[in-house]
Amino acid sequence: MTAVAHETHGVPDAHDAHDGHAAPPTNTGVSNEKLAMWAFLGSECLLFGALISTYFLYRGRSVVGPSPKQIYDIPYTSVSSFVLLMSSLTMVLALSAIQRGDQRRLRIWLLATAMLGTTFIGGQVYEFTSFVHEGLTLKTNLFGSSFFVLTGFHGAHVTLGIVMLLSLANMSFRGKIPQAKAEVVEIVGLYWHFVDVVWIVLFTVVYLIPSPGLHGHIGP
Amino acid sequence: MSTETTAPSTEPGEHGEHGEPAEHGLHPTEATYIRVAVILAAITAVEVGVSYIKRLGAGGPPILLILAAIKFAMVAAYFMHLKFDHNWLRRLFVTGIVLAGFIYVIVFLMFGVFQNRIHA
Repeated sequence: MTAVAHETHGVPDAHDAHDGHAAPPTNTGVSNEKLAMWAFLGSECLLFGALISTYFLYRGRSVVGPSPKQIYDIPYTSVSSFVLLMSSLTMVLALSAIQRGDQRRLRIWLLATAMLGTTFIGGQVYEFTSFVHEGLTLKTNLFGSSFFVLTGFHGAHVTLGIVMLLSLANMSFRGKIPQAKAEVVEIVGLYWHFVDVVWIVLFTVVYLIPSPGLHGHIGP
Repeated sequence: MSTETTAPSTEPGEHGEHGEPAEHGLHPTEATYIRVAVILAAITAVEVGVSYIKRLGAGGPPILLILAAIKFAMVAAYFMHLKFDHNWLRRLFVTGIVLAGFIYVIVFLMFGVFQNRIHA
């Protein structure tokens, strides 16, 4: 992609840099970094699609317990889901703050998002620990294998997102995220919202939709 | 729902290099974000409630999937700005989702999931 957009419109770079929203100098009109993040997120759909499909294929095929009905704590997981959902709000408020050039609110919302993400991961660690104590491990049955791999992969993504958020907050404290670089926050935000939408699907498919018991039929 | 926007990237009435409308790059206000979050929280509460209604039987999972799809679309449209950003981005993401759906429906067909029987 070549730098042509600004030349075509004759818009000076310095003017566009003010709102952090300027049309970038690429043929597509979208910055390469943002386009790359969206392409990455598109490929992540395939990764999580594979994991969700595997979970579906193994549903109800376990020959030994415990089964999902025996160990799920829906109210507890609902609270975790709510926490992750609200972290998307704080993330988008952080983006809104940097687009206005408000560094203080940017840091507040970034740290709030990281804190909510850490709360979600803490809840997942607690859930995993309680499941292991109840006899469900990665090797217990097909449900255990597919459940831990699917939700564990999501948890790893959330953890990576928390690292990115804390790195952004650190950069902000050192004055390295000026208003003109708001897109950096937007790109990290895209990743964060993606892990949220994946959890929206997982929460419904894994937890809320009733699973057949042991020896049941596969599929929804 | 209100979709008032802030931080315009182009002058009013201006069109991009590819003839895209000038609305690309406009983002919702914080009030809109908060309204979306409240709606998402309410849908989540409804989802949990629906999951406890045993009378729905086989009708429960489709309702839950529709509610999840609404939440997914709202986060993608408003928080990820797909509704306001360039069409390129929407196409990339939708391509990933459609491709994933297509591939895994084929996998399900191969495993006989829709025939509701277990393969060895």
